[in-house]
Amino acid sequence: MSAFSKKRWLLVGMAGLLLAAPAVFYPVFLMKLLCFALFASAFNLMLGYTGLLSFGHAAFFGGAAYVTGYLLQSQGVGTLTGIACGVLFALVLGALVGLLAIRRQGIYFAMITLALAQMVYFLCLELPQTGGEDGLQGVPRGSLLGLNLSNDLTLYYVVLAFTGAGILLIWRTIHSPFGRILLAIRENEPRALSLGYDVARYKWLAFVLSAGLSGLAGALKTLVFKFATLTDAHWHQSGEVVLMTILGGIGTLTGPLLGAATLVTLEDQLADKVGSLVTVILGATFVICVLLFPRGIVGAASEFIERLLGKSSPPPLP
Amino acid sequence: MIDIFGVPLLALLGQMLLGLVNGSFYALLSLGLAVIFGLLNVINFAHGAFYMMGAFAAWGLLTWTGIGYFGALLLVPPLIGLLGLVVDRLLLKRIAHLDPLYGLLLTFGLALVLEGGFRYQFGVSGESYEVPESLQGALDVGFMVIPKYRLWVIVVSTLVCLSTWLIIEKTRLGSYLRAATENPTLTQAFGINVPLMISLTYGFGVALAGLAGVMAAPIFQVAPLMGSNLIIVVFAVVVIGGMGSILGSVVTGLGLGLVEGLTKVYWPEASSTVVFVLMALVLVLRPAGLFGRSA
Amino acid sequence: MIRIVFCWLLRALSPSLWATLTLTLCTLQAQAAYSDNVVKIGVLTDMSGPYSDLAGPGAIVAAQMAVEDFVARQKPDFKVELVTADHQNKGDIAANKAREWFDREQVDVVSELVTSSTALAVMKVAKEKNRLALITGAGSSRITNEDCNDVTAHWAYDTYATGSGTGKAVVQQGGKTWFFLTADYAFGQSLEKDTTAVILANGGKVLGAVRHPFPSTDLSSYLLKAQASGAQVIGLANAGSDTINAVKQASEFGITPKQTLAGLLMFITDINSLGLKATQGMYLTEAFYWDMNQDTRTWSQRFYARHQKMPTMVQAGLYSALTHYLEAVKATRSDDTQVVMTQMRKMPVNDFFSHNGKLREDGLMQHDMYLMQVKKPSESHYPWDDYFVRATIPGAQAFQPLALSRCPLIHK
Repeated sequence: MSAFSKKRWLLVGMAGLLLAAPAVFYPVFLMKLLCFALFASAFNLMLGYTGLLSFGHAAFFGGAAYVTGYLLQSQGVGTLTGIACGVLFALVLGALVGLLAIRRQGIYFAMITLALAQMVYFLCLELPQTGGEDGLQGVPRGSLLGLNLSNDLTLYYVVLAFTGAGILLIWRTIHSPFGRILLAIRENEPRALSLGYDVARYKWLAFVLSAGLSGLAGALKTLVFKFATLTDAHWHQSGEVVLMTILGGIGTLTGPLLGAATLVTLEDQLADKVGSLVTVILGATFVICVLLFPRGIVGAASEFIERLLGKSSPPPLP
Repeated sequence: MIDIFGVPLLALLGQMLLGLVNGSFYALLSLGLAVIFGLLNVINFAHGAFYMMGAFAAWGLLTWTGIGYFGALLLVPPLIGLLGLVVDRLLLKRIAHLDPLYGLLLTFGLALVLEGGFRYQFGVSGESYEVPESLQGALDVGFMVIPKYRLWVIVVSTLVCLSTWLIIEKTRLGSYLRAATENPTLTQAFGINVPLMISLTYGFGVALAGLAGVMAAPIFQVAPLMGSNLIIVVFAVVVIGGMGSILGSVVTGLGLGLVEGLTKVYWPEASSTVVFVLMALVLVLRPAGLFGRSA
Repeated sequence: MIRIVFCWLLRALSPSLWATLTLTLCTLQAQAAYSDNVVKIGVLTDMSGPYSDLAGPGAIVAAQMAVEDFVARQKPDFKVELVTADHQNKGDIAANKAREWFDREQVDVVSELVTSSTALAVMKVAKEKNRLALITGAGSSRITNEDCNDVTAHWAYDTYATGSGTGKAVVQQGGKTWFFLTADYAFGQSLEKDTTAVILANGGKVLGAVRHPFPSTDLSSYLLKAQASGAQVIGLANAGSDTINAVKQASEFGITPKQTLAGLLMFITDINSLGLKATQGMYLTEAFYWDMNQDTRTWSQRFYARHQKMPTMVQAGLYSALTHYLEAVKATRSDDTQVVMTQMRKMPVNDFFSHNGKLREDGLMQHDMYLMQVKKPSESHYPWDDYFVRATIPGAQAFQPLALSRCPLIHK
């Protein structure tokens, strides 16, 4: 069986599982998983395929969550328009932040995105439209194409469709010529530059795309929970999405999905068991992950399998 | 009386002095970050946590052993520094060969663990630490009545920052350090123990954070999360100053304290964002930062 | 009954594909709940975040005490179970947990819910699932106004009561001129607005206000402005660490005791962590103080024996709320939300926490509040001896009058 068809079977299997999942699991929990899976995948587009660590992605996620929530709640727009405006906001914000941030690399890039995201956080806190610490509460879900979204199951399939489309877009991007150039930049920026590619422009485009998809995740999250709160825009959220991606495996398509699933489940399950130690456990997961599997679960697993099969050594780290 | 934009000059001077107090903390913290970054190429996200631990160490010394403020000022920085050494040896050394971003991530995780642990132990509202007897009361400096302790903070941190700069720029030890920053392999070849130097540097940078923590304890509530909000501002300070020079981080720290102080007078609502706005401006005009060498 | 309706709804709404499956699940669940005869109480609180001192583990202790005392006193023919979880102050975690508790664990009432964002999120879930929400930790007056519903009771305090209670009482005690330090977001602004109205109505004057970002660690420059204004009273329209730092720095700059601070939302745990030296002379309004009378002392000493801290009004309020709920369940022999809720409104709330308290139509539990003044260190004779009770504010004056409520349930 060729690798391609194996992958296809895997995809079909996964799709089947996702379609049937609400029969076993709690739909709202699943939707949260999906939102964060999309968020982590969008983030991975930056870190994994461009090599830039953004520490401010909460600004796009939370910003879009607020915009969508505000429009649905106070302006009475349709659900689709609300989501679209949230994504648009994230795109524009991403374009602006990107313009400033891509002037620097590595650690500077991380700090700049962090600081700019902090400004968005303050806006979310202080603007009269956002409800301050209470956030926006009771956002109506509305309906989409005649489907009443107040039913969790219906919404689950809608969110699944959106998330699927988002991840498909990422997949297409990575396997397009554009994605190849991004990889080239990640591996050796001076060489890409000397080949005549406008490196800054490519990075910027990737950043904007990543921001927009993070915004989609945020907008969907508002729809699922019917609220947008400061947590969505806080820098801990930015840290969490980094953790999801690293935990799952940077630069792999399945890694962020797995990382998001692990972390969301962990947080959900730990809440009533360890109480206040949850931050310590998350932090320790971070440390252990960086120390022991810098390539994440997927990276470590594939390395293990390859070693079992006696294949070649793993590719270098990003 | 002279007014500047509707604020009496003397009141303005007072506010600027207060701004300098905050600037002193920014300077101490960003100095530590800059020293660490110079040699390890790591942005120490756990810096705020070490600052918090410095404050808690001062509180603990007083509460459990009866050692007062000045004792803490001498004891706590080496103590926190030692902890830094351990962290470097046990954790950071292991990822030194990876991309520097992993250092940022590791220290981020570490910050979560430390803050979470303290939160678990001490609760969130934290503990109170008294201003030492000899520094209590206020001084009339003509244009305002300022608590003696605040003046003390400005004086001590300026002295510490200056001597750090002197050590690095003017002494033999400092020249080794700079050499190791420029070219570790070559410096190692000259028989200097670079890994040890790296550990010591991390310890030293972290000790500065511990010192800042002790100095902050009497002013701010000693609380587990006291460092986590500060650290992001300090990051912005570092970006504005540029990582190139030690002096740059100090000057930027103090300067931003002033700017923030003035914003509190004229437009208090914006005082927490002004640093980030400045950062954006600097990035547009001078991407390498005010004192940075362009990469 | 609720469960049957809910399952019916779910079946009606689900795509036919799932119908059979849901049917089986629902029958199983319904049978289980019917036979086990359990009243299940959920305590959803902040176990590690900024509010874990005033609610958190202490709230769980209070809830355990409420259940144990009720069982010992009434020997009910049903079992009472307690489940707890940490919502980490995140609305999504809180809503998710509450949903799961309602759907999966047949929890009848979810309680405590410190921080307004989690309370507002959970009370909507409770409404959707027709279960009870008993809120003691959150203070937003939105809970019984714009966002009110008929399954929620707001038990211990709201920011209207703590803010305007303090404002009015302090003006009446002679603190006529005010200056506000306001946290610049919805909560601080509404606190400032409500308190200002009360101050003006009682013949006081507001000389000015400064809006500071939230959170702020250094409030000294704002305090200097307040000092320069010459106001007798500095109102702190902020909360948590902002208030704590403001109090601390006011004492450092010698602003207190020349000018008096008035905390518009503070808890005894804040006072205790700041120490009496920094807080002496401050005014604040609370619903409960452990050292008020023999009843409060007896209960609080028991609490102290288990938790090593004296109770806050949130923790004592939770005990009161859960006890009242359990009594209502027993009286009606039902755990149906609307039946119990009606009974809870019918019975007056009389215990060590509240005298002649009553649960209003908008969900607010109206009871007396107390104006406290913090003692000087020399006046405090034992640990937690923190307050003088300066005035009792009758419930009808302490809380927003029902007629002014913006709750849609009132004006329908």
